[in-house]
Amino acid sequence: MQPILSASNLCKRYGRVTALDNCDFELMPGEILAVIGDNGAGKSSLIKALSGAIKVDSGDIYLDGQPVHFNSPIDARHAGVETVYQTLAMSPALSIADNMFMGREIRKPGFMGKVLRQLDRPAMERIARQKLSDLGLMTIQNINQAVETLSGGQRQGVAVARAAAFGSKVIILDEPTAALGVKESRRVLDLILDVRARGIPIILISHNMPHVFEVADRIHVHRLGQRLCVIDPKDYTMSDAVAFMTGAKAAPGATASAA
Amino acid sequence: MSNQTEADGGLVARADAIASFEHQHTMLSRVQHALHSNPALVPLIVLVLSVAVFGALLGTKFFSSFALTLILQQVAIVGIVGAAQSLVILTAGIDLSVGAIMVLSSVIMGQFTFRLGLPPAVAVACGLAIGTFIGFVNGWLVARIKLPPFIVTLGMWQIALASNFLYSGNETIRAQDIEASAPLLQFFGQSISVGGAVFTYGVIFFILLVLVLAYILRHTAWGRHVYAVGDDPEAAELSGVNTKRILISVYALSGLICAFAGWALIGRIGSVSPTSGQFSNIESITAVVIGGISLFGGRGSILGMFFGALIVGVFSLGLRLLGADAQWTYLLIGVLIIGAVAVDQWIRKVSA
Repeated sequence: MQPILSASNLCKRYGRVTALDNCDFELMPGEILAVIGDNGAGKSSLIKALSGAIKVDSGDIYLDGQPVHFNSPIDARHAGVETVYQTLAMSPALSIADNMFMGREIRKPGFMGKVLRQLDRPAMERIARQKLSDLGLMTIQNINQAVETLSGGQRQGVAVARAAAFGSKVIILDEPTAALGVKESRRVLDLILDVRARGIPIILISHNMPHVFEVADRIHVHRLGQRLCVIDPKDYTMSDAVAFMTGAKAAPGATASAA
Repeated sequence: MSNQTEADGGLVARADAIASFEHQHTMLSRVQHALHSNPALVPLIVLVLSVAVFGALLGTKFFSSFALTLILQQVAIVGIVGAAQSLVILTAGIDLSVGAIMVLSSVIMGQFTFRLGLPPAVAVACGLAIGTFIGFVNGWLVARIKLPPFIVTLGMWQIALASNFLYSGNETIRAQDIEASAPLLQFFGQSISVGGAVFTYGVIFFILLVLVLAYILRHTAWGRHVYAVGDDPEAAELSGVNTKRILISVYALSGLICAFAGWALIGRIGSVSPTSGQFSNIESITAVVIGGISLFGGRGSILGMFFGALIVGVFSLGLRLLGADAQWTYLLIGVLIIGAVAVDQWIRKVSA
């Protein structure tokens, strides 16, 4: 099977620090791939390279087998790669509907839209409500309420729903449960599984091993700017994974390609 | 899930009740929510109250269509400049050069007509173009060079004001001359009266401008982007908003609106005077702040600014009719400014 998003020999240096050192990456269709690694291992550089937030010094990225060059997160979005940033990138004072359609608003057809450039609010609100209820988030009553009046989990839910609504090919989630409580984390994990059930592959960056082992199909272990190995969470324990990423245990070289 | 962990096992029988304090929907919290979603409500209430109070004190002297439309005429110039200021402040910026752009544009319209002998229509177009260009330079410096708006427009204020005096030679063009040879310059001074109410074209332009901007800010993508840029520029950028283009277009539009204010200024005072409109920048910021637009950006509405400008007008006219010292007006305006910002801070604390 052909990977939907892959990268080979990515290199990125910041002065004398090498963040990515001939790094490879593969995401298969329909899977949840977790990316784990110690702080400073180069996870965020890898993710930023894949989402267009940084430009790599060398190496290639392929989407659907075609080479791509993202100059900005907007480029990546147009190609169907959506990222949910840890900061969520939402405007707190604006409504849920406004935030979901920020930067890709729908205009009314005909004169009102073409000449007066009027937004089609009913359509945007309908789609936003639809997307939220698809993901079981309709505890949110009012689609026009400001994002700052939502709880942390609800905000995360809206951000994931926004990505799921527009991310046609790949969704990247950066630490989606880091700021959440136990119960809210649960909802977000269910949300992630829902999104996969719709056939959209997900890259999940997380420090939370229980969460990673619960939802991931494969785990990409990142160490010293490289892909150390890819493991199947069913074959290893969490302490194995932590041992691999900290270098306490030798990586299982054979399983890396088998998975 | 196959890998359901021990920790999450404990969630199976989880209680759905979350830790909660007794949450009372008090009168006050309801008011707070209402104000959060309708930021123009506070200035509207203050406006209605002040009209009612002055009406009760002064009777028909104040409550005549003539007096009430006089207020509109008196605030029209500040209100037009305030509309420009609102746009900039919504992006979390500030434009100190609005008054200077206004005066420079009016001087250019006058001098191009009388010194260069251009047709008035061309001179007006030049004035509007130069106002827009100065605004564009402000926006370019803020968005591209990333200089603080306060510094950029503080500098531009001095530059535009100095150019105004240098170019005009501190010379006023008399109202009679304009009336005789270039009545187009006084276009906004013309008026229609309905009963005792007098609406100058400047007032009508001011009201239309506010309505058009309210529509644009609420119902177009550009308008939503203005709010998003003021709210959280990084989030807006990551969401796909071209923040630089929005900032430059906001400052350029502000410059254009100020140039229109300059044209309306000629209509209001009749002559072209390089020393007029000295306090427009502070007065426009006052109208914006009293109108409930947050100086931190992203919150408020242009209708609020409209009410804010009217509040200032009602206070000045009402107190003058009462025979009070003009300083009372400034004192009360000062109280309103501080009160408005305090209310803004309180509204921001709203949460689910």
